[in-house]
Formats: sequence, structure tokens, C-alpha cells
Amino acid sequence: MKKLKISKTLKDNILTYGIVILAYLIMQILIGTGNVSSLMQGLLVPLCVYVILAVSLNLTVGILGELSLGHAGFMCVGAFTGAFFSKCMQDVISISLLRFILAIVIGAVAAGIIGFLIGMPVLRLRGDYLAIVTLAFGEIIKNIINVLYIGKDSRGFHFSLKDSLSLGLEEGGTVIINGAQGITGTPKDATFTMGILLIILTLIIVLNLIHSRDGRAIMSIRDNLIAAESVGINITKYKLMAFSISAALAGVAGVLYAHNLSSLMATPKNFGYNMSIMILVFVVLGGIGNIRGSIISAVILTLLPELLRGLSNYRMLIYSIILIAMMLFNWSPKFIHLREKYSLKRLFRKNREVQ
Amino acid sequence: MKKFKKVMSLLLVAAMIALVGCGNSNGSEQTENTDNAASTETAGDAAAEENAPTQAADGEVFKIGAIGPSTGSAAVYGLAVQNGADLAIKEINEAGGINGTLIEYNFQDDECDNEKSVNAYNTLKDWGMQMLVGTTTSGCCIAVAAESANDNMFQITPSGSSVDIINNNDNVYQVCFTDPNQGVGAAQYIGENAVAQKVAVIYDSSDVYSSGIYEKFVQESANQSFEIVSAEAFTADNKTDFSVQLQKAKDAGAELVFLPIYYTEASLILTQANAMDFAPKFFGCDGLDGILNVENFDTALAEGVMLLTPFAADAEDEATKSFVSAYVAAYGDTPNQFAADAYDAVYILKAAIEKSGAVPSDSVSDLCEKLKGAMGEITVDGLTGEAMSWDSDGAVNKAPKAMEIVNGNYALIQ
Amino acid sequence: MSFISYLINGISLGSVYAIIALGYTMVYGIAKMLNFAHGDVIMVGSFTVFFAISMQGFPTMVGIILSVVLCTLLGITIEYIAYRPLRGAASSLAVLITAIGVSYFLQNVALLIFGANTKAFTSVVTIPAIKLAEGQIIISGETIVTIISCIIIMIGLTLFINKTKAGQAMLAVSEDKGAAQLMGINVNATISLTFAIGSALAAIAGMLLCSAYPSLTPYTGSMPGIKAFVAAVFGGIGSIPGALIGGIVLGIIEILSKAYISSQMADAIVFMVLIVVLLVKPTGILGKKIQEKV
Repeated sequence: MKKLKISKTLKDNILTYGIVILAYLIMQILIGTGNVSSLMQGLLVPLCVYVILAVSLNLTVGILGELSLGHAGFMCVGAFTGAFFSKCMQDVISISLLRFILAIVIGAVAAGIIGFLIGMPVLRLRGDYLAIVTLAFGEIIKNIINVLYIGKDSRGFHFSLKDSLSLGLEEGGTVIINGAQGITGTPKDATFTMGILLIILTLIIVLNLIHSRDGRAIMSIRDNLIAAESVGINITKYKLMAFSISAALAGVAGVLYAHNLSSLMATPKNFGYNMSIMILVFVVLGGIGNIRGSIISAVILTLLPELLRGLSNYRMLIYSIILIAMMLFNWSPKFIHLREKYSLKRLFRKNREVQ
Repeated sequence: MKKFKKVMSLLLVAAMIALVGCGNSNGSEQTENTDNAASTETAGDAAAEENAPTQAADGEVFKIGAIGPSTGSAAVYGLAVQNGADLAIKEINEAGGINGTLIEYNFQDDECDNEKSVNAYNTLKDWGMQMLVGTTTSGCCIAVAAESANDNMFQITPSGSSVDIINNNDNVYQVCFTDPNQGVGAAQYIGENAVAQKVAVIYDSSDVYSSGIYEKFVQESANQSFEIVSAEAFTADNKTDFSVQLQKAKDAGAELVFLPIYYTEASLILTQANAMDFAPKFFGCDGLDGILNVENFDTALAEGVMLLTPFAADAEDEATKSFVSAYVAAYGDTPNQFAADAYDAVYILKAAIEKSGAVPSDSVSDLCEKLKGAMGEITVDGLTGEAMSWDSDGAVNKAPKAMEIVNGNYALIQ
Repeated sequence: MSFISYLINGISLGSVYAIIALGYTMVYGIAKMLNFAHGDVIMVGSFTVFFAISMQGFPTMVGIILSVVLCTLLGITIEYIAYRPLRGAASSLAVLITAIGVSYFLQNVALLIFGANTKAFTSVVTIPAIKLAEGQIIISGETIVTIISCIIIMIGLTLFINKTKAGQAMLAVSEDKGAAQLMGINVNATISLTFAIGSALAAIAGMLLCSAYPSLTPYTGSMPGIKAFVAAVFGGIGSIPGALIGGIVLGIIEILSKAYISSQMADAIVFMVLIVVLLVKPTGILGKKIQEKV
């Protein structure tokens, strides 16, 4: 029985990797034969970004069992540190791949550190209170980035929290982070291949963590905190571990996001609580704790508004209706019951008998 | 439950494949379509050249795309651009098109998000867009301009006013003033006409347009006779309560409050200033235009507000009047400056196409080169400026008009 | 002198947060769900008043009643369609997501019906402002009405919950749905009633919000909704007096940090204070301490 179970998780993981690799191969073949619209090509990197975000948030929400509404804040940290690095090093490091990889490492580390620092005080809160505090941190990060001005001239870096005039730059100095106007002219280093590699890296980290000793400790905290504590599991350590890994992976997604667009700004739309909630929607729709589900729902919900473009101004209305309908279909006990009773019974009768 | 999830995920995979499949098949149809169109076009062209060179063949159209937020909190600007461009294109088509070629129009929503804006741009590319009127907002425009520069697609933005849009992108032109231009212009106007000695500024630090004007205004103020006594910002998340910003301006004894912001927030500022018995002179830029058309707004509050704007819906000239009445008849709202900018953008495209003699069968890149050549030569009289002309960098040359609101109407200050 | 007027501005802003937070906290306290669509019900309420008074020319009172009735019905409908089917779902997060879906839905319906143009809202408050110290300090009529409404609603809700049968049923449902059902309480009806009251409060909050800050768009409700949510957490979510205190304190902090620290970073400071409060007192100012049982 035990042996069977292990092979099942292995099979499960292989299926998850397989879907990603297969999707990549199919897209590459389609691109190669010129069958992919510019819209789809433009969407490939954002899709990778959202998949990484969904998987990383699932680590916090699904595996650790804590509701976080500040995931976009960590993405924001990663995006700005990564883009800042690339912008500074644009002339120094001319190999774009090397520069991009360094930017990813820096973005991930920065977001991970911020996640660690935030996690330390707040992870002792529970449930909705934790949710509101993470939301608050996300908004604080966005707000600070929006008033942050960093310039560079021959005397080095200058910082200001007021406006770009108070940087006091010399003639010829450049403003790198210009407050709300953000960073303009980040090199467009992100590619689909890179995005897929990062997804696979994310999956390796997350899936291995889940199926390791640490992962089981983390899940025991989720299932029963008091019981976990009573058998000697270090709650703070494991909570912090899951939370900062999740933050660092969000930072990776942020770096990828920043290097796909030439202008990076922290708006309520891309790094505000709306985005955090959107990522949470991916996770919940795909199934809490279900990594493959997160990938799929991130892809569907990112594509959906684009595919609904034909409806012009009714697009977002239809999108919201579909979202509600999908949630009810996926989660409502009544619907689950109905489905089990009718449509799937016949399909799986055979299976059930075998088991 | 586990099983159910498994089944669900399988279903989702199926759905995804179907969706991707749809996207692809759409895409391939699209390419086929354009291929067909291209072949008929070339055939048509040849025939046209043989028979009558001035007459265009059937099925040949210019495809103009436009982008802006038609949902989300910036929807008011995107919808204005959508309608303004739509109106101009309908007019041109009714009058027989550009050089006899009709225009096809497609507007895409970007929700005021840089990433969505690039998606919208790619959607339009799939549709076969040859020229872009957009995007509406500055931030998105910077992101899209990088893409269009890559494709060498001709782009004219009605209202993207940041300098970063036209810097390094020689395919992008603006209908509106650049932000620095407006900031400097406003400071010079206040200084030269001695409107006030003590000036307070309230600006939106989270907005590219507003903070861009603010910075140049402050820089230029050093050369002028007035003094900035208070400069307070607000952000997109905190734009309903302006009591503190107004109180500070009041305490500093400001005679004039400079508002380089949009009219939605300005209408709140006027209301709140009135409630606290603070009555300085208010002075704004083109974003303030539209304040008189806020539905149900007490226009008495805006009495005496001065603004430097290229367009005013209440202007008395013939072109504006007919534009406003046609717009109201078609869309039910009074147009704001964004609608006028978009309307002008389409007519500027028309002028440039006529000048360059471009034809729909030109490739996107050829079209762009031809239009770029023409942009330096044309001058256009539009709603938002007389004798508009363009430098090679893409910035527009036109004179702003100083307006004052008198008796609930805009009056030109001579 | 300017400090006093900042303080008064803070209280005016805070009273608006408080009245929205009352509805939030009421729904959370009973149904135990974060209703992210609350802010958008507020927006619908304001649009109803705007439609009735400014577009159709009905008397103010008719507009107010219409708005309250419509929002009550809307609240019951939303609960019935989007939240009730998910009661008993495997995760409480599911209903949070449908609430977000409802929020998008309401915003987009309003966008399609009323358009994106800003509407100036005619204040439903007619009493004049009080001017003290030779006009240096002004307390607007809206502030006075909002604070009085807050207090009346707070007392009314407390009495309703503690003194009536329906109120007691609500308390029972909030403690334990299963046990309440066993005691013969109709859980579905009780939760419907909660949403009805919560949405009626949203209608009142909406018209007072828009009277104080008269600019109405389909997105008017979302940011005040979040701020009020923060206020409710501040005061101890689920606690009715806590919502009032949380709202006022939040408003004062926001205005004072704008005035004395930085007008751009006011939100960051407000959230920072929230975090500090929650770390010191993890269930908010007036929140009940929940003992975890083994």
C-alpha cells in the first residue's frame, strides 16, 4: 500500500512536469510553423509569470494553510530590484542572459528577505487577521515604491522620498527609479523559454518541499497547529520557511514581469491588492493545495479576458459571471454532489470496482 | 474528493487545450485572411493601376486600431478616445474615405494596465492593424511604444503626454502637449501675466502626467516672479479627501492653487475648498477640461477657474460646435479633451496619408516610413489646435489657449 | 488652530469609514465571511439615490427609501445566488472569491448602465455647517449627520442583536451553525436577514459617503470599502462599537499623517499603525480574545 502511494505522488509529479513541458513543446512547434497569433505570443511570458505566482502562493495558502493577500507586494519587490539591477548594469554586463539570471537571483533574494522580515512578526496572527496584515504590507510596499526616487550620477546613488528634484543630481545624472513613473527602459530580456525554465524551477522547489520531511511538518501545522506543536515541530521555523520561499518565488515572477515590459510602474492594477486577490483566485479556483490546478487555472483565467475581447465592452462583465459560475461549479457542495451522481459516475464505475 | 479534483483538473486541461486551440485557429485564420486580403489587394492594385489610378479597388481598407481603458477606473478617458476616433472615422468614411479608401476601425480595452495594453496591441496586430491611434494613458503608451517601435508601426497617441513615449521611438507622434511643455507653459503664463504671487500646488504623485507637469512647473518657477508656498501630493488610492492639502494651501496664504490633475479630482477639490471658505484662484492644465460637464456638478464652484487647454467643448468656433453636437447625438455625453484629441488624431492620420500617397497595400513598415516623412510636412487645423505641426521627435507644435470659466462657460483670455 | 481643524477633518473622514465599517463588521460577525462586494453595494446605493434624485427629480426622502429597499433586495439576492451555494464548501476561501466576482460584476454593470463619467452627487444632507472661532474651524453638516447616524445605527444594532429573537438567532448562528440549526433556528433565513441589514446599512453609508465626497463613478465604493474593512479590523472585526472607534481612529491617523508627515505616504502610515495595533492586540482594539481549545 505504501509503495503504491509513493509511486502515485511520483506519477502525479511527472504528470505536472509533463503538462508544462508538453505545453512548451506544442507552443514551440506552433511558433516554429507560424501558427501562433501575435496576441498568444505576447501572452506567453505573462502566462509564465502568473503560473509562477499561482504556484508560489499555493505554497502559502494551500500547504501552509495561511491566507495571504499581499503576494503582489513581493512580486513588486522582485520586479523593482531586478529591473533596477538590469538598468544599472545595462552597460556593464553585455551578455543579456547572464544579466537576466543575476537579476532573477537578486530579485528572488530581495523578495525572500522582505518575506522573511514581514513573516517574523505577522505569522503569529491567524486567519483573517493575517490576511489583512499581509494586505497592509502589500499596500505599504506599493506606496513606498511610488514615492521612491533613486538617481545616479558621477558621485554615486542618490535617494529621495519626495520628488526627483530633491535628488540633487549633477548635470548628466540619470533618474533610475522615478517615483510613480517607475523604471523606464528595462531591457526586454524575458523569453518564453526562460519563463518555462523558471516554472520548472519553481515546481521543483515547491514539489520537493511538499514531499520532504519539512513539507510534511509544514502541512501538519496547517492541519492542526496544536497537535504539531505538541510533537515538537518548530512552528515559527516552518511557517517562516514556507512563507519566505513563497515570497522569493513571487520575486522571481516579478523579475520576469519587469523584463517583459519596457515601462515598470507600481500601480494599484499590477501590484496592488487587486493583483494579490487575482493570484488568490487562481489558487482557489485551481484547488487549494493542488499545484497542477493552480497552473491550469492561472492559464485559463489569464487567457479568458483576452479571448473575450470580441465582446468589447461586455467583456469584463461576462468574465465576472464566468468566474462566479466556475467557483460555484467547482466548490459548491450541491454541485459536487450532482456531478458525482450523474455525469462522472458512469465514467468511473469501472475504476471504483477495481479499487 | 481527491478523485473529483483529478477529474476537474483533467477537465481544465481539456478546456485549456480547447482555448489555446481556439486562439491558434483564430490566429491562423487571421493570417490566412490577411494573406488572402494581401493577394487580392495586389491583384486589385494591378487592376487599379491599369484602369483608373485614382480609384481604389473594392475590399481595400486602411485598418486603424485604437487602445485605451474602457473598463476600470480610468474608463472615462478610454471611452472618450474610443468614441472620438469612431466619430472621425465614420465621418471620413461617409465622405468617401481617405483618397477614396475606406477605414476599418477596431478599439481594444487595456484596463489602464501596461501588460494588458501590450495584449491589446497584439490583438490589433492579429486583426491586421496598419496604424495605431493610442494609447490613451501615458504609462501604457510607454510600454506599447516600445513594441510598436520594434514593429515599425506608425503610432499617434491622442493623450499619452510623457516624454518617454516619443524619446527613442521615432514612429510615435503626439496630439497632446508633452508634460514638461505644459508645466513650463503654465509657470510662464502665471509669471508673465502676474496672476498671483503666492502659489500652492496640489498634484497626483502616482500619476505620470500630473507628476511630470509638477516637476517642470517647480523648475520653471525659479525663473518666474511668483513663489511656491506649498506643494502637496495625493495618490490614486487616496483621492477623495483633500482637506489637508487645501488647509495647507490656505494656511500658507496661497493666492492661486495650481492643479495639474484631471477634472474628476479637481471637482472634489473645488467642492471641498468651497466648504472650507477657501477661495483662491484655481489654475489647471488640459486635464481640467471637462469639469463643467461633470454630470450634476454645480458649475458656480468652477467660476473663475483658469486653465491652459487646447480644447474646450463650449468653444464657439464652427468645428468644435459641430463636433460636440455630433458627439452628443451619437454617444449621449459631452465630449472631453480626450475625445477631441482622438478625433484630431484620426484627421491627422488622414492628412498624413493624403500627403504621402500611402495605399493600404503598403506593408506596415513602408506605411510607417511614408507617414513619418509626411508628418514633418503637414500642418493640420484641428479641434485641439490650429496649424499643428510636428518635429521629427514626434512632439506637436501648437499654441495652448488660456481659458477662464465665466458664467459657467469657457471664455478665451486674450 | 490648524491642528484642531485637522482633527475635525480626521473625524469627518473617520465617521464615513465608520459607517461603512458598521455594515462590514455586522456581516463578518454573523456570517464569518469577508464580503468584498460590500463596497460595491455602497456604490449601487449611491447610484440609486443619484438616479432617483438627480435624474428623475424625486424628493430626497423617496430617493433614500428607494436606495435602502433596492440595496436590501440586492444583498439578499447576492447572498442567495453567490454565497449560499458555497455554505459548507470545503474551504471558506471559496466564498471570498465569489464575493470578488460579485464585486467585479456590480462594477461592470454600473459601468454599462451609467457610463464611466464622473457624476457629481447632490448632498442628501441639508443642515448647514457649524462655524467656530470666526470661521477658522468648520464642521460640515454631513459630518454631523454621519456621526449621529453612526451612533444611532450602533445602538440600534446592539439592541437588535441583544434584545430581539432574530438578533439572538444571529448570535447563535455566528457561534455555531450546526448547533443553532439543532435548536430550531433557520440558519439560511438568519443569514439572509444579516445580509439584508448589512446591505441596507451599505445604502445609508453610500449616500453619506457621496454626500461628503460628491464624486460618483462605478469604482467609488472599492477603495473606501477596503479602508472601512481595515477600520473594522482595527476596532476588532465583528465588534459593533469597535467599528465606530476603528473608523474614527483610522480617519484621524490618516489626516494627521497627511498633515504632519507626508501626504503621499498617508496610506503606508495608516497600514503601518494597523499592523502595530494587531501585533500588540491580535484581535483589534475591542476584539474578543478567542481561546483555542485542544
